[in-house]
Amino acid sequence: MVEDTSVKIEVVDLHKSFSNNQVLRGVNLEVRNGESMVVIGGSGVGKSVLIKCIIGLLRPDSGSIRVDGQEVTSLNEKSLNEIRKKFGMLFQAGALFDSLSVWENVGFGLKHHTSLRDGEIKAIAVEKLGLVGLSHVEDLMPSELSGGMRKRVSLARAIAIEPEILLYDEPTTGLDPIMADVINELIVQMRKKLQVTSIAITHDMVSAYKIADRIAMLYEGKIIEVGTPQQNRDSRNAIVQQFIQGRAEGPIKVR
Amino acid sequence: MNSVFGYIGGHFIRFLQESGRITMLFGQTIVLIFRPPFDVREPLSQMEEIGVRSIPVVVITAAFTGMVLALQSFTGFRRFHAETLVGTVVALSVTRELGPVLTGLMVSGRVGSAMAAELGTMRVTEQIDALHTLATNPVKYLIVPRFLASLVMFPILVVFADIIGIMGGYFVSVKILGTNPTIYIRRTWDYLELNDIYSGLLKACVFGMIMATISCYQGFYTEGGAEGVGKATTRAVVLSSLLILISNYFITALLF
Repeated sequence: MVEDTSVKIEVVDLHKSFSNNQVLRGVNLEVRNGESMVVIGGSGVGKSVLIKCIIGLLRPDSGSIRVDGQEVTSLNEKSLNEIRKKFGMLFQAGALFDSLSVWENVGFGLKHHTSLRDGEIKAIAVEKLGLVGLSHVEDLMPSELSGGMRKRVSLARAIAIEPEILLYDEPTTGLDPIMADVINELIVQMRKKLQVTSIAITHDMVSAYKIADRIAMLYEGKIIEVGTPQQNRDSRNAIVQQFIQGRAEGPIKVR
Repeated sequence: MNSVFGYIGGHFIRFLQESGRITMLFGQTIVLIFRPPFDVREPLSQMEEIGVRSIPVVVITAAFTGMVLALQSFTGFRRFHAETLVGTVVALSVTRELGPVLTGLMVSGRVGSAMAAELGTMRVTEQIDALHTLATNPVKYLIVPRFLASLVMFPILVVFADIIGIMGGYFVSVKILGTNPTIYIRRTWDYLELNDIYSGLLKACVFGMIMATISCYQGFYTEGGAEGVGKATTRAVVLSSLLILISNYFITALLF
């Protein structure tokens, strides 16, 4: 693969707190063009908060986030929506719209941001569903789908508007190991087929090693180490080692 | 002593914050109504939900209200031989007051709770976040159609309530209490003015806006999972009902 080292997303000294709880305390992270970045960390350390800041669902208290060099933290809702068209996001539980059928879910972005007709949107939706390995589900309602199918439909919705950046919020959480691997496989394929930049957050190390170009560890509100999966395995940092081996004892305090 | 002031002050500040946020959401909704894209399908389906599906509740409420009004006012008026005025009392009470208020309360219970629960569930299952990530304004997509549908359907429901309520009064007076039907209808028409009906419809518009804004607000800003959705639903109904009753007094006083 050709190395493209230009920076797609740059997070500098990001702070975010909720009432008295300081969640992010100076996060620095660089995601290169076309790279698959995985952010690992325990539950409640602010992984979700980080990606929600990146896509503008949460406003950070201070710090900077640049997407393609453009600062997003100070944008108003309208300009933010323009930036958001570069993004696709896979939510933890899918976040499919219950009142819309599967194809309407997948085609939601197209319906609202293009002048395509319903027939064309449905055709594209069926094609995207095919990309995530689903067929004959387009007319079902989300409530009729299993957890794994919901996630795949959500992925199809995220890629329908052909984003440059994909964000995955715990893509394998709540799935059986086989379905988790199906999703991992899809994430790898998405990157190959669509050349997207992606950020995934997870605490599933199997998944992290499978999909990551680089892994960043978030601990106590900061990124403490960034490296390739190999570097991550060989890390001398006791905190990283404790996390990837999943031990209860060690420097990480379990609250 | 300090903690007492702290308690009261804290609640007062929260009350002000909440009022401010509700007002801002209301303003945002009004602005977004006039901003393209204009969707027809969603408001129409909301009108069906809010309006058409509420007809049975409104009809039953109005019919029995009209009926009991006739009974009660007959008991009173008989004591000074003014039984024939029952028709007037029923018509004025229903169109000016009971039609809009009872419709507002009943429909708030039925529709407001559903709105808060639906939007609240969308919030806690991240569907509202998903709308943001798909570059769609959730206020425009979710709240504007519900607001418009309420604004249109409340007065229409009140027209139904007015007609059914007057018919209920007629039924009890004429068929049960034996009032002369011609006199009853005369007494209804002679004293009923168009302004009575208009003021009721104006109230209905205001109640519709109150119900939609409060219920959508409660649902939209739900926090804390299933429990939060339950609380939002309760608050939507209680707060809408209270504000309907309070605003009702002030509208009446203004139009007096």
